[in-house]
Amino acid sequence: MSTTADRPAQEFKVVGSRPVRHDGVDKVLGRAQYGADVKLSGLIHGAVLRSPYAHAVIKKVDVSRAEAAPGVFAAITGNDMPVTAPRLVDMMEEVTNLKWASERVMAHGKAVYRGHPVAAVAAVDQNTALEALKLIEVEYEPLEAVISLEDAMKPDAVIIHDDLVGDHLGEKVPHTNIAEHTRTEFGDPEAAFAEAAHVLERTYTIARAHQGYIEPHSSTAFWSPDDKISVWTTTQAPFGVRSSMAAVLKVPLSDVRVVPTEIGGGFGGKIGLYMEPLAAVLSRKSGRPVKITMDRKSVFDATGPGPGGQVTAKMGVDKDGKIVAATATIRYMAGAYPGSSISAATAGIFACYKVPNVRIDAYDVVINMSKTAAYRAPGTPQATFASESLVSELCETIGMDPMEFHLLNAAEEGTRRPDGPVFPRIGNVACMEAIHNSDHFKSELGESPDGKLRGRGFASGYWNGGGNRSSVTISVNDDGVVSLVEGNPDIGGTRTTIAMQAAEVFGLPAHDVHPTVVDTDSVGYNDLTAGSRTTYASGQAAIEAARQVVEEIKKRVAMIWETEPENVSFEDSVFQNKVAPDQRFTFKEAAGKLGQTGGPVSKTGAVNVRGSGGGSFAAHLCDVEVDPETGKVQILRYTAAQDAGKAVHPSYVEGQFQGGAAQGIGWALNEEYYTSPDGVMQNASFLDYRMPTALDLPMIDAIVVEVPNTNHPFGVRGIGETSIVPPAPAVGNAIADAIGVRMYQTPMNPSRIMEALANKRNGKNGHQG
Amino acid sequence: MHPFIYVAPRTLDEAVAVLEQHGERARPFAGGTDVLVQLRGGRFDLDAIVDMKGVPEATTLELNGSLRIGAAVPCYQVYENSAVAAAFPGLIDAASLIGGIQIQSRASLGGNLCNASPSADGICPLIVHSTVAVVRGPQGERRVPVEEFCTGPGATVLERGELLVALEVPAPARGFGAAYQRFIPRNEMDIAVAGVGSALTLDTDGTTIASGRIALAAVGPTPLFAAKASAFLAGKPATPETFAEAGEIASTEATPIGDMRGTAEHRVELVKVLTRRTLAVALGRAQANR
Amino acid sequence: MTQQETPVRKVPVACTLNGQQTEFLAAPYQSLLEALREVVGLTGTKEGCNDGNCGACTVSLDGRIVDSCLVLAAEVDGRQVDTIEGMAPPHGLHPLQQAFLEEAALQCGICTPGFLVAARALLEREPHPDEHRIRLWLAGNLCRCTGYDKIVRAVQRAADETT
Repeated sequence: MSTTADRPAQEFKVVGSRPVRHDGVDKVLGRAQYGADVKLSGLIHGAVLRSPYAHAVIKKVDVSRAEAAPGVFAAITGNDMPVTAPRLVDMMEEVTNLKWASERVMAHGKAVYRGHPVAAVAAVDQNTALEALKLIEVEYEPLEAVISLEDAMKPDAVIIHDDLVGDHLGEKVPHTNIAEHTRTEFGDPEAAFAEAAHVLERTYTIARAHQGYIEPHSSTAFWSPDDKISVWTTTQAPFGVRSSMAAVLKVPLSDVRVVPTEIGGGFGGKIGLYMEPLAAVLSRKSGRPVKITMDRKSVFDATGPGPGGQVTAKMGVDKDGKIVAATATIRYMAGAYPGSSISAATAGIFACYKVPNVRIDAYDVVINMSKTAAYRAPGTPQATFASESLVSELCETIGMDPMEFHLLNAAEEGTRRPDGPVFPRIGNVACMEAIHNSDHFKSELGESPDGKLRGRGFASGYWNGGGNRSSVTISVNDDGVVSLVEGNPDIGGTRTTIAMQAAEVFGLPAHDVHPTVVDTDSVGYNDLTAGSRTTYASGQAAIEAARQVVEEIKKRVAMIWETEPENVSFEDSVFQNKVAPDQRFTFKEAAGKLGQTGGPVSKTGAVNVRGSGGGSFAAHLCDVEVDPETGKVQILRYTAAQDAGKAVHPSYVEGQFQGGAAQGIGWALNEEYYTSPDGVMQNASFLDYRMPTALDLPMIDAIVVEVPNTNHPFGVRGIGETSIVPPAPAVGNAIADAIGVRMYQTPMNPSRIMEALANKRNGKNGHQG
Repeated sequence: MHPFIYVAPRTLDEAVAVLEQHGERARPFAGGTDVLVQLRGGRFDLDAIVDMKGVPEATTLELNGSLRIGAAVPCYQVYENSAVAAAFPGLIDAASLIGGIQIQSRASLGGNLCNASPSADGICPLIVHSTVAVVRGPQGERRVPVEEFCTGPGATVLERGELLVALEVPAPARGFGAAYQRFIPRNEMDIAVAGVGSALTLDTDGTTIASGRIALAAVGPTPLFAAKASAFLAGKPATPETFAEAGEIASTEATPIGDMRGTAEHRVELVKVLTRRTLAVALGRAQANR
Repeated sequence: MTQQETPVRKVPVACTLNGQQTEFLAAPYQSLLEALREVVGLTGTKEGCNDGNCGACTVSLDGRIVDSCLVLAAEVDGRQVDTIEGMAPPHGLHPLQQAFLEEAALQCGICTPGFLVAARALLEREPHPDEHRIRLWLAGNLCRCTGYDKIVRAVQRAADETT
C-alpha cells in the first residue's frame, strides 16, 4: 500500500519499481564474500585475549610463552601499539577521541570494560591461536566497576578516566564520569506548566540493547614490507576505518587501503575500529596476512550496543489537549568512553510535536562496560520510549484519543524542532493519517478465547537522516550498459537503489547499470553507510554522475551530427537533434560510438549533501495479547507507516520498516544486557539475549507514505532508521491497554509484567524501573 | 579448544574402556549440542570424545509396551515415531520443544539427562514417567531412577568409566496421562524460566486420582521430583481445585534463584500455573487412555 | 597445552558433499562448519554464533537439517552432507532461491544460506506448510534485518510455485 501526498508527483520509469537486486544471486548461492570469508595466500589467524574484569589495572602482560608455542607467529600487547595523542574525530554517527579509540582496541595499562583486549596472537590456525591465549600471563589489580548511572554520577564516584575533562554546560570539569551535560531550551517551560490544565511527569529506564547483526566482526590485514597496509573488513565505514587506522597506527592516510567485504548486518554497530589495527600490527610482526574473527560472546562483551539509561519526561497541556510545554532529562550510559548520541536524543524526543516551551537536559556518562556504538537512529528509540509512553498516559489521564492528540499537536512544515532546526516539508501528519485509514486501525481488537488480555498501542517517531559526502563514478560500456562504482558497503540493497537512480537518469532498465562497491583506493571519498544516508546521498552522487555522462554524450553525438550540444535533447533514453529531429540515437546506440568521438566516457559525481535527509516520520500501531498468569506477551498484529519521500525500491523500503519494527519489538520485550554487579554480562549469547525468532512475530504491515523530500531530485528520504523508534512505546502502550497498568522500563519482559500486575493488585502504579 | 581425539566405538565395552582410560577427561557424545558449546566456552577440557552413535544399544528406540530410548537417540526420532507419540505424549511435549528443528536433529533425551541442567526440558517428563536410567560401567550395569540421576548443576551419579546406555520408560498404566510445559519469553529456542512435568493415573472410577507425579525444572539445583505435591494428588478428585492446590504445594518445593531468565518470584508463580495447566492436560490424556 | 597422552592427529573424512564423493583431513575437534569453510573451502555456510542458536550454519546431514557448528567433521565420514553450494541446479537457481530474490527476503544476506537450506528441508517433507508451520520450522534461524515477513512470504511463494 502506498499513500501519495497532494503535490503533483514526478513520473518515474525505474524509481518505484522492484527489480531483483544486483548482488542477489551471489547471496542466495552462498558466493558472496563476507568478512570471515576472506582468503589470502599465507593467511594466518589471530585471536584476542580479553579482560575478564570490567575495571582493572593491568600490572603485567607476558606473552613470551604464547609467542614460543608451536604454530604461533606473533603476539602483541598494548606496548606494541603506538601511543596516540588525544584528538577528536567526527565519524558522523560517532565522535571519537583518537586516544580513546586507540585504547579501546587494545588496553594500555588499564582495562575499562569486560572484554577489553589485553593481548593478541596470530597462529597457523584459529584453534592454535586460541590455545596460545591460555599461555599469556596477565596480572590484574581489579578496581571497583562503575556500571550504573547512580554510581557513575554520585559525588564520590570511582573515576574511570583520569584524563576525562567533562563539558558541563560549557564548563570544563575534571575528575568526573559525566563527559557531557548539554541543555537545549526555549520559551519558559516552568511558567507554561504552572498555567497548564494537566501536567504529567514520569521517569523511564531503558536497557542497553545490541544491534545483533548475525555476522560477527571479522578483519584481515596485511602490512606489506613497503609499509602499505591493506585491510579487508566487514564495516559500514571503509573510509572511516582508513582514517582512524592511519591515526591509531600513526601511518600516512593513503598508505592504508580498506577493502569492504560484504557486511552481514551493522545497524550502526560496524562503524568503529575493533580488530583492524590488531590484525595489522600482528601482520607486521609476522609478515603474514592475519585474519581475526570475533566469537559471538566477544561481540556482546566488547562491541558497542546502543546505550541504556534513564529519561525523565514532563509534558503539560491546556484544557483542549494542546501541548504548552515539555521538558526532559536524558541520562545515557556511553560505556567505557564518551559518546552516547545524546544530541540525537535531544533532537528526537519531542520532534513529532509542536512544543512552544521546551527544555532538554542531556548527560553522557561513562561506565565500565564496552563503549556503546551507533544503533539505528542512535539515542532516539530510548528517548522516544519516554516521550511516547508519556503522551499515551497523558491522553489516558485527560481522556483524549491518542490519535486525536497526535494530530492536534503534530509538527509540520515550519514547526521548529525542539533543538532548533525548522522542519521542511514532512510526512508526520500523513503517517498518522495512513494509520488512521489502515485496515488494522479499523479492525476490532477482539477477545482472547482463553482469558488472555488484549490491548492496542500507538506511537510515532522521527529520525532526521544525514547527507554528507559521496562519490560515484559511472563509466559507459560500448554495449550501452554502464558500470557504477561506489564506496558504500551494501547492507540491505543500496547497490540497487543507487543504481536505480542512475538508471532513471539514463532511462535504462535497472539491470543495465552494474553497481560495484570498491575499496578506498578505487573511488572518491564516501562517508559511511549509516545515518539513513546511502540511498539518499550516494543516490544524489549517482544522479550527478549520470547527468554528467548524459551531457558528455550530448557533446559526442553533436559531433557526429555536426551540430552544437545545446541542440541535442535527451529524453526517454533517446538523444535527438532538435534541429533535425530524424537524427536520433538511443542511449545504447550512442554508447557504441564513443570510441570514434573522443574515447571513453567516465564521470564522477562527487557531492556533499548539506542539510538533512529530509526527516522521516513514522507511526506504528501494535496489538498484543498478554497472559496475566505468566506475563507472556504475544504480538498479534503490527502496522508500520513511514514517510519514504519517494520509495526508490518499495520492497526494500518495506523491508526497512519491517526490520526496524522487529528490532524495536525485541528491545520492548526481551533484549537487554543482564549484568552482574561487577560488570559482567550474564546473557552474552543469542540463546539468552533473546532476539525475536520467526515464531515471535506476525507479518508486519508496511505502509509506504510518500511526501517528497524537497532536498532530493526525486524526492527521496533516508528511511533506514526511523522504524526502530516507535516500536518500544507502541508495544508498551498496547501492554498498558491490555493489563491496565503502565510499564516504565524496557525490556517489558514477563517477570516485569508479573511484577507490574502484582503492584496493581497492591494499589501501586505499574512497573517502576 | 583443547585438542581432543574422536573415538567412535562399536560396542559398549569399547566405549567404557575409553572412558575409563581417560576418566573425567573423556565424555560420551551424542548430539554434541551441549558438550561442544561447553568446550568452546572453556567450562572444561577433554582429551577424548566418545561418539555413542555407533553403539547399537545407545541408538535404538524400542517400543514394546514399555519404551526403551537409547541414550543417543535424537529427539526427532522420538517425536516422529507415531506409535511412540501416541503412547507417550508427555515425552513428546519435551522432545519436540528442545531447541529448534536443527537441534532436534541431534539432541537426545539421554544427553539432556547427562548434561544435568536444572532447566532441562527432557528430565521432568522422564521423572513423571518413572523412567529408569540404564548405566554401564567397568563394574557392569546398574539402574538409577531418573529423579536420582542428577546431583547438582551439571553433576550426575555417573562414576569414572560409566555412561548412560538407555532410558527405560515403563508402559503407561490404564488411566495414566502425562504432560510437560515450560515457560519461555520467546516462543522457541529459549531455556525454560520454569518447567513442570505432571502425570496422574485415574482410579477405575475415572474421576479420582489414584496416584500422581509432579516434577519441576529450573527452580532448583536439579530438575526435581515434587514429592509433597505428588503425594497430595493420591486419592483426590481430578478437578481444577485439586490441580490448583497441587500447584500451591509444588511451589513450596521449588527453591528458585533469580537470574537473567526470570526472577525467583516469577518462577514460583510459574510453578503454580504450569502445574495446574499440565495436570489438566495430563487428565485429558488419562481419560483418553482408559 | 597440558599433558596430552594421545597425540591428536588429523583424521580422514570421506563423505558425499553436495552429491560429490569428497575426502578431506580434519582435526578431530574441528566442527563440520569449520571444516567446510577452512578445509574444503565452501564458505557459503556462515558462522553467526558457534553455539547452535542462530542457524546461519545450517546444512543438511543425511537429509536432516543440523547446525554444522555442533557437528564434528569426523562424524560425517560415510555420510551425506548438503550445503548451500549444492542447492542450485547448474546454471540455475532453486525455486526458493528465486523466491528469496523476488520477494526481497534478504537484506544483508548473511543468514540467507541457512534459511534456504532449512526451508528446502521443510518443503521437501511438507510441500504446503501454513504460515505458523513455516515460522516454527525456521525458528532456529535468526534474521536481524527483515523481521521475517518477506522470508515467510518467499517460502510460501516457493511452495506455491513448485506445485
